[in-house]
Amino acid sequence: MTIPQKLRDLAISETGFLFDPYTGSTFSANEPGLTVLEGLREGLGVADIATRLRESFDVPAAADVERDVGEFVHLLRRSGLVPEEFTA
Amino acid sequence: MTKPLYERPTLVRHQMGMMNKFGRAQAMQPLESIDGVSVDELVKTYGSPLFVFSEADLVARYRELHDLLALRYRKIRIAWSYKTNYLDAICKVFHREGAYAEVVSEFEYDKAMRMGIDPTHVHFNGPLKSEATLERVLPAGTVIHIDHFDEMAAAERVAERQGIRPKVAVRVNMAVESVPPWSRFGFNLESGQAMEAIRRLIAGDKLELAGVHCHLGTFITDPAAYKQAAAKLAHLANTLRSEHGVLLEFIDVGGGFASHNTLKAQYLPGEQATPSFSRYVEALTEGLSQLDCDPRDLPTLVLENGRALVDDAGYLVSTVVANKRLRDGRRGLVVDAGVNTLFTSFWYNHDVVSAQPFRGIPEPTVIYGPLCMNIDVVRDTLVFPAMSVGDRLVLKNVGAYNVTQWMQFITYRPAVVMVGRDGKHGLIRRREQLEDIVGPEEVPDWL
Repeated sequence: MTIPQKLRDLAISETGFLFDPYTGSTFSANEPGLTVLEGLREGLGVADIATRLRESFDVPAAADVERDVGEFVHLLRRSGLVPEEFTA
Repeated sequence: MTKPLYERPTLVRHQMGMMNKFGRAQAMQPLESIDGVSVDELVKTYGSPLFVFSEADLVARYRELHDLLALRYRKIRIAWSYKTNYLDAICKVFHREGAYAEVVSEFEYDKAMRMGIDPTHVHFNGPLKSEATLERVLPAGTVIHIDHFDEMAAAERVAERQGIRPKVAVRVNMAVESVPPWSRFGFNLESGQAMEAIRRLIAGDKLELAGVHCHLGTFITDPAAYKQAAAKLAHLANTLRSEHGVLLEFIDVGGGFASHNTLKAQYLPGEQATPSFSRYVEALTEGLSQLDCDPRDLPTLVLENGRALVDDAGYLVSTVVANKRLRDGRRGLVVDAGVNTLFTSFWYNHDVVSAQPFRGIPEPTVIYGPLCMNIDVVRDTLVFPAMSVGDRLVLKNVGAYNVTQWMQFITYRPAVVMVGRDGKHGLIRRREQLEDIVGPEEVPDWL
């Protein structure tokens, strides 16, 4: 998977504060969101990121983690942090 | 080592506008219990969605208004507006506190009679009172508020037939600043129509003029409007006494006080914009100070409040059935209570809170009801914490007009419970069943 330059350039703090140097916009991500961002910046796919989330968090049995990752990527697209054509 | 609890990964853009000159948006506190009874227990007992009424809040609101009135005016009466919520248990709380009944139809009159209300303790409003209805209520001593000349004539015919001289009031409408005029009810004051109606009534000599009545409108957030209305009615009363020797028994200023809801077009939230009862009462009694009569002859001040007494005492508990991510990035919550159940969601941005502790970042969210209808939006875009399927939320200030204007549409109407002052709780209306809906239906033999 090609890692978009915008995603590489995104400034991310440990507390989940994000700064987009292209637009000046700022965002907050929660801890699982940070985990997904880290995974995407490492070039991981949805399944690997979901596995990492399961390893890192106490995930309820009913949770659909893959779907959650997909929705988060949709949010990144809507927020202009990855190109419209980007898929994980 | 214990792993942190999982929540859906989310991202929220920081936006200007979260701060304003009134301070920052208040952090949401979960509402886990109502008057000491856990929301969870209520839903497990009665199901979801569920309307919950607090008896303590009903009583507190009534007594607050009553006591403020009693401090400022010697003769007062609160007539409970049935149309805002005519469930027996709700009416019983107010009647137990001493409220009269204000009804606007024969159906509501039947409900009041069923409750055992003295017919002379009923104010009967509304533009439709059939002659058959008048035949029934006038001999019983119920005071009707005459809305139009045709009704006056009908009441006179009934009085003549029955050989009675019933007490009636005349409803007037008027212009006051800051409130759009409601000219469709009663007789207009400024044009002289109201005096014409009163002269016609006096000349007919079949009805006894006991009071005058006005109702300015609804959800009025400017108390000064009541000062003007009360002053105008006081001047009318002065004229009646000086020109016709009529001493009114009561002046009825209707209802219309705002609750703590926030109208869709309202700039400030209801918590900040809604005047206190004391401001309304102060305005009313200042207006009535224009009365020019012996203190022993002061007319009774009648109020017909509903919304302001019951709205804040009602809650709607609903359960999350799905989470969605909308195309524009907002989160969509689908809950089990829709606009058919919460009719007032068309008018208000209801205050919604979680019924359980929550974590994570609140984000822009739309709350949808369960109907397969595009209009079924319970709240359009509020900043709300993450919720999971099965989580509960509580919509506040829903006590007025919902359990009367709700629609049987697509789903069954939910149960309604009351939580008592000592932690007791019980059904005041059970959940609707199929038989309630199909019972009145017929299929003709020929079909």
